[in-house]
Amino acid sequence: MEQIELKHVYFQYPNGYLANEDLNLTVKKGEQIAIVGQNGAGKTTAVKLMNGLHKPSKGEVIVDGKNTKKFTTAQIARYVGYVFQNPDDQIFNQSVYAEIAYMPKYYKMSASEIKNRVEESAALLKIESFLDKNPFEIPYVMRKFVTIAAILATKPQYIILDEPTAGQDLKGIEVLADLLKILKKQNIGTVTITHDMDFVANNFERTVVMANKRIIADGKTRDIFGEDDILRESKIKRTLAGEVAVELGMGKCILNIPDFLQEWSKLEVKDGK
Amino acid sequence: MAFIKLKNITYTYPLAKEPALRNMSCELERGKFYGVIGENAGGKTTFCNLLRGLIPHFYRGELEGEMTIDGQEIRNIDVDILSTQIGYIFQNPFTQISGVKKTVFEEIALGMENLGVPKEEIIQQVIEIAELVKIEDLLQKDPNQLSGGQRQKVAFASIIAMDTDVFVIDEPTSQLDPQGTESIFEIIDKLKKQAKTIILVEHKIDLVAEYADELIVIGQGEILAKGDVHQVLSDFSLQTRGVMFPQAALLSKALSEKGFDFPNIPVTKSECIQMLKERMR
Ligand SMILES: Nc1ncnc2c1ncn2[C@@H]1O[C@H](COP(=O)(O)OP(=O)(O)OP(=O)(O)O)[C@@H](O)[C@H]1O
Ligand SMILES: Nc1ncnc2c1ncn2[C@@H]1O[C@H](COP(=O)(O)OP(=O)(O)O)[C@@H](O)[C@H]1O
Ligand SMILES: [Mg+2]
Ligand SMILES: [Mg+2]
Repeated sequence: MEQIELKHVYFQYPNGYLANEDLNLTVKKGEQIAIVGQNGAGKTTAVKLMNGLHKPSKGEVIVDGKNTKKFTTAQIARYVGYVFQNPDDQIFNQSVYAEIAYMPKYYKMSASEIKNRVEESAALLKIESFLDKNPFEIPYVMRKFVTIAAILATKPQYIILDEPTAGQDLKGIEVLADLLKILKKQNIGTVTITHDMDFVANNFERTVVMANKRIIADGKTRDIFGEDDILRESKIKRTLAGEVAVELGMGKCILNIPDFLQEWSKLEVKDGK
Repeated sequence: MAFIKLKNITYTYPLAKEPALRNMSCELERGKFYGVIGENAGGKTTFCNLLRGLIPHFYRGELEGEMTIDGQEIRNIDVDILSTQIGYIFQNPFTQISGVKKTVFEEIALGMENLGVPKEEIIQQVIEIAELVKIEDLLQKDPNQLSGGQRQKVAFASIIAMDTDVFVIDEPTSQLDPQGTESIFEIIDKLKKQAKTIILVEHKIDLVAEYADELIVIGQGEILAKGDVHQVLSDFSLQTRGVMFPQAALLSKALSEKGFDFPNIPVTKSECIQMLKERMR
């Protein structure tokens, strides 16, 4: 089966802190899911289990039929690419080009293939103009894009993006939304952790919600935002259009501005003319 | 008299080809809450570095123009003294943590220790701040074993604890969940009510629009707009310069494109609800 599967997974850090409890989750190849939830809920811990950076203390993680316990992180990382929450945990090369080229080189690809992959990945993130810069001297959000490009260049089957929307501006959010569409076409599975509710509402059909070490909900984004208890427990919120709709008694199923317009046009209201 | 005054400030980082700030002039008053917005690489962080005196005292490069803080020319200011007057929360929460302390408690206490605050007072203050920022349960944790958002809250707490008159805060909520973000804004609002001066860089314009007194829009190294929140955000042409608009304004714009005209552009949720309610009656 082409999917990532977490089965009754628990994870305890070396200092004894239990960060994940009884996680059950399946992400199919080609599928795109968002993971949301309060700070410290265990999201980063959970996704590190998917690419073998963490091995479960109890339970099993199965990637395309293979149990991660029986493979090294390097072996799994070729299937499942993880982009770190903090880009500085990932970057270690002295130029952006070298950083993106690093894994293709490690996999002993031909010089022309390496060059193609670097250029292609950089173009997707619109960071071509930074290729000869030192990654430690470019702004934080650009560094984040460098780390995404570096993972794209390995052409994994699945990609995990940990908070790619943090600190992004209008253009950055657009780049990310376009990237998701391209990955979808390429049938690459993606898991995106984000605190940006507008981004979730506008880009994901399926959302997984975490709170207090556990997955507390997994379903259609629209249904998730309709449940007040889930929102409260996981410290997330509706988008502004969603909140306004609730206040006006238009129901809890309005996700974003397009939804709002559609429902509003069904109401009998004064048009202001 | 203006508290901070910039006149024709142009600044170029060492080895950079182009200036990061161009011919900037503005005046900031004490006791106000300024929201700084604008596209990335526009110069927001550089502006913060300047306000905190890191430019020109730490970053060399080339600085032209005049700038004064409390009447003192920035080039002549003692940055060590300035650091006790202006608290600065850096953009990257991962680098703000000192890395030398074993617990979050000690991390928050560090700045106050350096200021020579008596021990009893430090303990009291750490506990108060931890409650305020809602990180009581993290106090005994190792600062290097925190989640991204937890780190950001600790970084925020350790600067707020120093209780300076002025805070320059660069994107303090980028890693925070929606409710955590809102509580940071509530804390900043409290600080403002204690007559502190706040300069906050933030992309979450919905909240900035709700809480800030004034907006400063920075793009391509220039101040593109400065003034009252409603006035600045009534100019949708700023969107073409990468400025995010509040969802309330975007919703009203989308509705007006469908033929529902509104007399004013709402910038906050409550304004938006109010306006729509009038239509529903
Ligand atoms: N190396 C570590 N050792 C011990 N505990 C850790 C370590 N890293 C994280 N933790 C703890 O595990 C819990 C979950 O952390 P995790 O990073 O998975 O959260 P998260 O959901 O990604 O949060 P955020 O939204 O803030 O990034 C937190 O309470 C954190 O303090
Ligand atoms: N330490 C530095 N050295 C050289 N250039 C820098 C440095 N920091 C920022 N810059 C450049 O200055 C410009 C403004 O950046 P910055 O102030 O970080 O913008 P913002 O905070 O609005 O994203 C950008 O072109 C950026 O690349
Ligand atoms: Mg995380
Ligand atoms: Mg910045």
